[in-house]
Amino acid sequence: MEARAYIGAPIRRVEDRRFVTGRGRYTDDIVLPGMLYAWIVRSPHAHARIRAIRTEKARQHPGVVAVFTGKDMLDDGVGSLPTGWQIGPDMKEPPHYALAVDKVRYVGDGVAVVIAETKAAARDAAELVEVDYEELPAVVDAAEALKEGAPLVHDEAPGNLCYVWELGDREATDRALATAHHVTKLEFVNQRLIPNAIEPRSAIGHYDPGRDELTLYTSSQNPHLIRLLLSAFVLKIPEHKVRVISPDVGGGFGSKIFHYPEEVICAWSSRKLGRPVKWTAVRSESFVSDAHGRDHITTAEMGFDRDGRIVGLRVRTIANLGAYLSTFAPGVPTWLYGTLLAGQYKTPHIHVEVKGVFTNTTPVDAYRGAGRPEATYVVERLVDLAAHEMGLDPAELRRRNFIQPDEFPYQTPVVLQYDSGNYEGALNKALEMADYWKLREEQKRAREQGRLIGIGLSCYIEACGLAPSKVAGAIGVRAGLYESAAIRVLPTGKVQVFTGTHSHGQGHETTFAQIVAHELGIPLEDVEVIHGDTAEIPFGMGTYGSRSLATGGSAIYRALEKVKAKARKIAAHKLEVAEEDLEFRNGQFIVKGTDRAISFGDIALTAYVPHDYPEGLEPGLEENAFYDPANFTFPFGAHLSVVEVDPETGRVKLLRYVAVDDVGRIINPMIVEGQIHGGVAQGVGQALLEGAIYDRSSGQLLTGSLLDYALPRADDLPSFEVGHQETPCPHNPLGAKGAGEAGTIAATACVVNAVVDALYHLGVRDIRMPLTPERVWRAMRGLPTDGHAS
Amino acid sequence: MIPQTFEYKKAQTIDEALALLREHGDEAKVLAGGHSLIPLMKLRLSTPELLIDIGGIQELSEIREQDGRIELGALVTHRTIEFSELLKQKCPVLPEAAAQIGDPQVRNKGTIGGSLAHADPAADYPAVVLALDAEIEATGPDGRRTIPVRDFFQGLFTTALRPGELLTRVRVPVMPPRSGAAYLKFPNPASRYAVVGVAAFVKLAPDDTCAEVRIGITGAAAAAFRATEAEKRLVGKTIDDRTLTAALEDMVDPDDLLSDLAATAEYRAHLCHVLTRRALRQAFERAHG
Repeated sequence: MEARAYIGAPIRRVEDRRFVTGRGRYTDDIVLPGMLYAWIVRSPHAHARIRAIRTEKARQHPGVVAVFTGKDMLDDGVGSLPTGWQIGPDMKEPPHYALAVDKVRYVGDGVAVVIAETKAAARDAAELVEVDYEELPAVVDAAEALKEGAPLVHDEAPGNLCYVWELGDREATDRALATAHHVTKLEFVNQRLIPNAIEPRSAIGHYDPGRDELTLYTSSQNPHLIRLLLSAFVLKIPEHKVRVISPDVGGGFGSKIFHYPEEVICAWSSRKLGRPVKWTAVRSESFVSDAHGRDHITTAEMGFDRDGRIVGLRVRTIANLGAYLSTFAPGVPTWLYGTLLAGQYKTPHIHVEVKGVFTNTTPVDAYRGAGRPEATYVVERLVDLAAHEMGLDPAELRRRNFIQPDEFPYQTPVVLQYDSGNYEGALNKALEMADYWKLREEQKRAREQGRLIGIGLSCYIEACGLAPSKVAGAIGVRAGLYESAAIRVLPTGKVQVFTGTHSHGQGHETTFAQIVAHELGIPLEDVEVIHGDTAEIPFGMGTYGSRSLATGGSAIYRALEKVKAKARKIAAHKLEVAEEDLEFRNGQFIVKGTDRAISFGDIALTAYVPHDYPEGLEPGLEENAFYDPANFTFPFGAHLSVVEVDPETGRVKLLRYVAVDDVGRIINPMIVEGQIHGGVAQGVGQALLEGAIYDRSSGQLLTGSLLDYALPRADDLPSFEVGHQETPCPHNPLGAKGAGEAGTIAATACVVNAVVDALYHLGVRDIRMPLTPERVWRAMRGLPTDGHAS
Repeated sequence: MIPQTFEYKKAQTIDEALALLREHGDEAKVLAGGHSLIPLMKLRLSTPELLIDIGGIQELSEIREQDGRIELGALVTHRTIEFSELLKQKCPVLPEAAAQIGDPQVRNKGTIGGSLAHADPAADYPAVVLALDAEIEATGPDGRRTIPVRDFFQGLFTTALRPGELLTRVRVPVMPPRSGAAYLKFPNPASRYAVVGVAAFVKLAPDDTCAEVRIGITGAAAAAFRATEAEKRLVGKTIDDRTLTAALEDMVDPDDLLSDLAATAEYRAHLCHVLTRRALRQAFERAHG
């Protein structure tokens, strides 16, 4: 019988049955005997000195077990939350305590925790905690924070400057721009976003005094990293005495990568009280306490020669890091951003300078795409605008600059070496799917009738599959970025797969099982994928940066090779032939040219019941692998959108969205398509709807709930038209590159380009995101689009 | 999302509800569908000591036609209005507006009485009931009284209801022959409340000019209002580009309008103009049948 070809099959996600029937098990679903509930008292001020905290009344409230402050934790030796990425030797790393000690630095900064028998009691008593604040002037805008005399967020960081980082050849770039035939310049804001995973963050600290062991349940994307940071750096307890479990996690988009104060608070207080302590955010708490994304102020100039070839790109960015350094914050607007500024183009000279700045706002860190959407926005807005300015078709200008398929590996002027690509192929496919030239005709006709149609393109590249550990080390990541896997074949031939990655919506339980079932020639139902529990899985780095398949999947593949190699030894023994006389096909080892065979199931049983077994071979069939990638992977694609702008109200309607992505070899096209859909929706969200707004004087988050912060919904979006191109990654065994962020990286620039395309003839060059109806209306009238709230 | 502790009492009749209101006064809040009140309580922006649940008062859940009017009990849900055959035939603008409120869950629970009494400046019904020149029935310790809807909305979350009174019914006219109405909403992309919502009512004279025009606007100001100046300018006119441009010029003063995250007053004024023009055109077309 022919075993099923699982790789490449659009199989429905096996995890969805439990999710859609409400049987998922999220952290907040877990109820432990004797469990207590924590409520965190948060600062209502953006910047204030804490004069005193009076907790007596709260302690006396019925049901309250304890009230702790930052000082209690500090006195007990609890350390600061560490930063996992160092940018240059002079980077300022002010302490970040789980609860503020002397000063609060953003609205939502924790000052005390109330722990009670019920959540309601904790909530009620939280109102009885009296904090005596001395309010200080606050600064929320990163450019303002750099100005002379701006309020100082940390004494350790004069001028609020965390670091200045640059990459590329400054002089060569300046020269190229000075002598360019045409220079397109844009000054813009890549606005702050609030991630809004559907499951709010949650944590349970569970200390077992009998075994002196601490278990932390947490809605995290990387349990091993949390265990390492929590044990070795913050609580300073032995790593092996800590177990971190991330059960089902309802979305993260990056915001659940980081080590958060609430994890420390629950873990530490459970040790103090000897009882489990749970905290779950309410949505309005998520808005102020989940790490935000983006928040760049950028000036960028792209120079062209007479033929429209790019001669240089200069980028100056001020990146708002928020009040404290979140776990990977420093690296996002630097290495994950500056290295992508070549895009898909042969840009001979690039220079980028980034200033990382502290402000009195929620910390900013990686959010879906993390640096790469910002870089794509810079490059694709500039290229598109340049085409308009030079009177060239935007597709044609891109064509003139693409790196050609025969030019790989291609060394960019900003570190990365692209391994493979066919950029023009993806663009051509997108143009064909959209019927581009006909669209241009329709646009022209519509304009004659007073209708404003716009067509936008976005040709993106990303660096995924994080990451070669050696490179990670060289760019300041304080961790390796390999991935781990273990394959445990059970005596009955069923297989358990242990992965160091973490699925929080990506469908790993299906994709990874497909790889294993395909390679071993066994049914998909015989494979179970296990992730998220440090007591079960090998030390892995978790899921972010579209790394899971390229690195985690490759680790699984490597472990499978070991399993097959050992199985071959057993098969050769059983069939009494040499190993090289065997071929493995359809779940069987077959003696070449005969019908003699032994099934994988029989080999598994033999491995565990080794009565008749090769001399010297260890029993059992269980292998693990650590896979450290040779390079990043470089997914790319071309997206096209069509919008219509209401000339009276400025409202933008997205009419069509065409996405052609090359994510390498596809294991499950249905899951990839779902990832593209979700990613595009979020990218469109940034372009048209989303944006965190802080009050400039008080530092209050004005978009602090879903009443004011607009997330994209189904009726904001058209039905997406998705196409694929498959250029396998040449350096990992699966040929996979990663698909999780592609849509988000491409879509924002794509939609803004379309709106500007619709309005360019009215004199509109740029509109500040999100492109709200009012902003578009103002732009059409030549009024400024920033300087007012929406 | 845990509200402050509160008492809960369920009233079975209007009299029971009034008695509870009398007894507890300011400490009490009336609970109908709960879709405005409960979120405020969860955020602790509203902290009543007692909730008087009127949801079980059967007589307030009915829609009936009487004397050329349609009477809606305060507890009629948005969904019931959205799908009411009677209203679709006799006053279709009300279902048209109801269908634009919130989402299906909100429409299943939220009530017209609750919405009107809450008087959120961005709610949808106020524009419609103003354009329909509806009546509000309030019941208090001294019995029932009728409040013309043009006197009802007095400010931000403020109505003509007196302390101790309950909004019990709403009466809207059956659409007369050769009349039409439309409700258009420019939704806030986040909350889907109206940034501006305009309801227009037009009744035609035999010569196809406007005999009666009413324009109700919500979302734009602290309270929903009628654009009376524009209405007057249109009476005796047909609806076309020229008359609309003349009639709607300066129809609202931006100084009277809200400025917030969703829109500046200047943009709201512009939206009032655009939506009124569009709503009047639709109403006019519908009046023609």
